[in-house]
Amino acid sequence: MRKWIKSGSPWVWLTAASVSISIIMVVGLLMLIAARGLGHFWPADVYSFDYQGDNGQVIKIAGEIRDSERVDTQQIIDSGLKFETTEPWVTRYLIKTGNRDLYGIDFRSLIDPLINQRSKEADMMVVERREWGNFYGFLKQVKLDGKVIAEGQDSWNVLQQQIENTSETFATIHHIEQGEIGSINYTLERLRLKQRGLELKGEDSPEELGKIEEEKQSLQATYKTLQTELKTHYTELNRASLVAETIDGQTIEITIAKVVQAYQPSGMSVFTKVGFYIHKLWEFVSDEPREANTEGGIFPAIFGTVMMVIIMAILVTPFGVVAAIYLREYAKQGPIIRMIRIAVNNLAGVPSIVYGVFGLGFFVYFLGGNIDQLFFPEALPSPTFGTPGLMWASITLALLTVPVVIVSTEEGLSRIPQSIREGSLALGATKAETLWRTIIPMTSPAIMTGMILAVARAAGEVAPLMLVGVVKLAPTLPLDGDFPFLHLDRKFMHLGFHIYDVGFQSPNVEAARPLVYATALLLVLVIIALNLTAIAIRNRLREKYKSLEQ
Amino acid sequence: MSSNSSAPMTHGINIDALKKKDSMTSEADEIALTVKDLKLFYGEKQALNGINMTIPKKRVTAFIGPSGCGKSTLLRCFNRMNDLVDGVRIEGQILMHDKDIYHRNVDIASLRRQVGMVFQKPNPFPKSIYENVAYGLRLMGVNDRRTLDDVVEHSLRGSALWDEVKDRLHDSAFGLSGGQQQRLVIARAIAIEPEVLLLDEPASALDPISTLKIEELIYELKSKFTIVIVTHNMQQAARVSDYTAFMYMGDLIELADTDKLFTNPKKKQTEDYITGRYG
Repeated sequence: MRKWIKSGSPWVWLTAASVSISIIMVVGLLMLIAARGLGHFWPADVYSFDYQGDNGQVIKIAGEIRDSERVDTQQIIDSGLKFETTEPWVTRYLIKTGNRDLYGIDFRSLIDPLINQRSKEADMMVVERREWGNFYGFLKQVKLDGKVIAEGQDSWNVLQQQIENTSETFATIHHIEQGEIGSINYTLERLRLKQRGLELKGEDSPEELGKIEEEKQSLQATYKTLQTELKTHYTELNRASLVAETIDGQTIEITIAKVVQAYQPSGMSVFTKVGFYIHKLWEFVSDEPREANTEGGIFPAIFGTVMMVIIMAILVTPFGVVAAIYLREYAKQGPIIRMIRIAVNNLAGVPSIVYGVFGLGFFVYFLGGNIDQLFFPEALPSPTFGTPGLMWASITLALLTVPVVIVSTEEGLSRIPQSIREGSLALGATKAETLWRTIIPMTSPAIMTGMILAVARAAGEVAPLMLVGVVKLAPTLPLDGDFPFLHLDRKFMHLGFHIYDVGFQSPNVEAARPLVYATALLLVLVIIALNLTAIAIRNRLREKYKSLEQ
Repeated sequence: MSSNSSAPMTHGINIDALKKKDSMTSEADEIALTVKDLKLFYGEKQALNGINMTIPKKRVTAFIGPSGCGKSTLLRCFNRMNDLVDGVRIEGQILMHDKDIYHRNVDIASLRRQVGMVFQKPNPFPKSIYENVAYGLRLMGVNDRRTLDDVVEHSLRGSALWDEVKDRLHDSAFGLSGGQQQRLVIARAIAIEPEVLLLDEPASALDPISTLKIEELIYELKSKFTIVIVTHNMQQAARVSDYTAFMYMGDLIELADTDKLFTNPKKKQTEDYITGRYG
């Protein structure tokens, strides 16, 4: 035994075991969020159940099985349900029944012994609606302008045709509202601010005002024509509707304008399901959210996260590099510099919410407030930069991550052999020239390492962002076609905050839970993608500036 | 080994076999650098104790001596490389064109353009071969492609490297062997046409064949540049230099014509050193 310990193999086992545990934990984490999140988009089969209700009546329930768990029988009996079983455990199913407008709830729990019969319903359709969540039922009729145009067998194809038509109309309306009208509104607002600015400066001469007024008139004229165009589209939208019957015999009419898509999951082949799955997944990453973020996609959040991280990286890298160069190259090494270095390292350990508070107090209220006073007085009292926004969020996170960049840049600088510096100086270069032409390029892989660490930290940070710029739902993206294109003053959406919002602030927790996993997975993927890009750049730089064997 | 018994023999090496006759004349040599009572302190410790010497123009002067005797320190005084070391204090003068290079009006960068230096280990920059040679010119603001092309070719020819690298000028300099890298560094130094070239043990990290090439190169270069070389290797000093200075413990013990120093040293310490009694 002693010999075995002395041989060192327990040590090998111990080290190997800790590596394995780390890997298992990381892989397990990713698999869990992937399985939970990605499963959400699979078109699950729809079943109907004959269920023994509270008063002995048999009721019909239809929906997707979302979850099943084994529960202690006694616990169920204690809760007031009556049934006979000898088993100590019973299975409890969580069924998504949808039809919130009819039942008031989306989900029902059924316990196995009370289910008399369960069968797949191939004809039952799932209708994804723009409000009230999913509808589950049988299609009866399709109507156009109140008249029945299809019934029975062929109504399904007609319905799909109608949905396609309305989707196109929706896309046109969206384009007009978000694109053209949005742009007009934006320009009108700028004109209003310009006019107010002129008034404040006392330069509001009649000819200037006349010019502005003229522009306003022409914009408003365009706006009017767009408005009438919109109106025709809207009436177009409301023409068609579908009539459907739920499993318990209620009939309901749904305007097709409210339908996103309709499908019959139990009747689909595996291939159709895969196609549908990919379609849903794409919708998730490319679409805007609906219904308090519990439906639709999360594109604005992905966009906001990436945007914020990129701006943060652009800000933090030069700043950190310059600071590191001073500390390592110019400052006289002594106790003061040592203390500054310790302080910088400790700055990385300050809890992020503290940065959030600082960002709100200093950047948003103080700096932003003063910027508004100086440069945007025409917009006051409504703030331009004196309110949380993309720029302040990026700067706050840059401050949070600057120690990481400083530390790794300093390490990189200290690794450059003295002989390279001397070689450059001996050729008549000044210290600054040596830095620019030789040292900084050679340090660039280390700078990239710092940037990678900074990006990884910043992309995952949520707490400070809640104070300095992230919102639950941003009406516009921070980047669009209106001058100056990048709107640093706008609020934005963020994947991390989206997870928190959907998971904790959602009115419909059961429906939202898979989205929490899916969004978490996407956040991880976004961070991995950002990191891989940076690592690829770093490896290329490393290859280029491969240093001498010292 | 030559059997010509009349040739001066030093450590079994025939000096004349490596030297041209004309370089032996020493009386009329012009002076490139004059060192006057140079003292150097690292903090409290004195490393050079009042050196007085002259470095002749377009000749090779070698500094020999045991480790820590101050020969590298003295060499680095000529282009003020010691300024980079914290806590260095220098007294005395080094005159170049009758001007003290330690005067406070001297522009260090332009001094270093006149006094080039090659270090012990090859230190090419992580750039292409071409950019390494062009580095000094680019610093001076020369960016004209034609001029650069000419200078790069000329310098690489001057350092006997052109034939080996002419087809891969834009490859990384790290792809060269150690000896080639050292010649590249020499090409880089001569590209800006300094008056003086300081070589700090340029061959000590190289294999014998590369060393031989460097020595041949030094021999070629002295027609254009004043060369000061520090070496551990006495045979090397004997082979390449016209004058040799022996230093010991921060003092210049003896400076003389290389042949005289090795065959007939005036000082006991020099004799002890070159016959291998210490060092």
